[in-house]
Amino acid sequence: PSIPPSLSAGDTSVLAGLYGPSETKLSKELPDRAALEVLLRPKVGLPGVLERSREQQLRQTCEAVVLGVLHPRTAITLVLQVLSDAGSLLSCCLNAACLGLLDAGLPLSSLFCGVTCALSPDGTITLDPTARQEQEARAVLTFAIDSSERKVLMATTKGSCSVEEMQQCLVTAQGATDTIFQFYRDSLRRRYSK
Amino acid sequence: GRAAEACVGQVVLPGDLLLLPAHYGEDAEGERLRLSTGAAPPGRLLCGPGLRRSGAGLLVTKCGLLRHRPAGPGAYWVDSQQKRYVPVKGDHVIGIVTAKAGDVFKLDVGGSEPASLSYLAFEGATKRNRPNVQVGDLIYGQFLVANKDMEPEMVCIDSSGKSSGMGIIGQDGFLFKVSLGLIRKLLAPKCEIIQELSQLYPFELVLGMNGRIWVKAKTVQQTLIIVNILEACEYMTAEQRRQALAKLPGN
Repeated sequence: PSIPPSLSAGDTSVLAGLYGPSETKLSKELPDRAALEVLLRPKVGLPGVLERSREQQLRQTCEAVVLGVLHPRTAITLVLQVLSDAGSLLSCCLNAACLGLLDAGLPLSSLFCGVTCALSPDGTITLDPTARQEQEARAVLTFAIDSSERKVLMATTKGSCSVEEMQQCLVTAQGATDTIFQFYRDSLRRRYSK
Repeated sequence: GRAAEACVGQVVLPGDLLLLPAHYGEDAEGERLRLSTGAAPPGRLLCGPGLRRSGAGLLVTKCGLLRHRPAGPGAYWVDSQQKRYVPVKGDHVIGIVTAKAGDVFKLDVGGSEPASLSYLAFEGATKRNRPNVQVGDLIYGQFLVANKDMEPEMVCIDSSGKSSGMGIIGQDGFLFKVSLGLIRKLLAPKCEIIQELSQLYPFELVLGMNGRIWVKAKTVQQTLIIVNILEACEYMTAEQRRQALAKLPGN
């Protein structure tokens, strides 16, 4: 298994561990692709319905970038453990998942990152909101954006907002992805310089 | 995308598109893709691990340092750090026998599936003269068949029927796992680490491309010292390694 160092956005921290491509049960194997499984473990308590829905969102995002056709009939398992949660948890999980995939050396067609936007009642957009800002916001949107053409891989909304506001949040989020991808590049450069 | 030659020796990330100079044609499985209609003859270019052909250039699929070999058929590949092994045809690996199923042994090579090894794939083996292989033995062999669609098959003889160092690895010794990058470093010609270690004590060493190393020295203590140095080599610079070797008794 490969475990990159845990990823923190402010005080939110998630540890990602990746196993694979490994052997899988006959019932779970896919004949033409790798079967990707994501397990999200909360800091306290057992995983519930919210964790399951997050797992499916993460799985769909990862499947869009991982070149599973190179490893048919295998299983790739991604385990995410929440160490601390101070807001923007889903985007932190997305970033940790991407770095985990990079660290393990799985073939990817592009990178992705997660950005959370909070839309306050008066219309201001805050990126990477804290837990307090998320609660006071009218809507919280999380986008998974890929690195090659800044396209949206996954979008989740909690709350209500108009279509124009969502487009504005998307544009702001796409602008923020440059910083995140530059961070990926710099940390990998440091790793390979040793 | 950036020009491929400009990125050689730098870190590349998945999703980067590397553009090739116009006079390279790509020759893969007999297909010829001409990138320019000029009169210059197209050269051959091999696309190595971590890269995929994509339209007019190469798409990076793994993160790592981009390497280039200009001679022979020119080749580009990505040097990445990985621990998980994926079987590749022709690789020499160390496998552990997990089961005997009729005339075939099943070996664990660290990949997603166990590899199969026929009992006739040893030097001098016939139907009457079977090799003495038990469950739990270590075998050093090479992959005859290894692709994503089929179960990997190993053999312990080369194309002329000689064993050339392959076969069952003897008793005693110590097997441990390291990352794939360290194995490639150790297998490079005139590796400093191996030269410095061989001046310490005499020992036997088998390196498997699946990240497994088998070491045997005269005493258990010497074996463990060599194992610890090889495991630590991954994170030590050359200077730190020489200091560690100098501190050992007998140096």
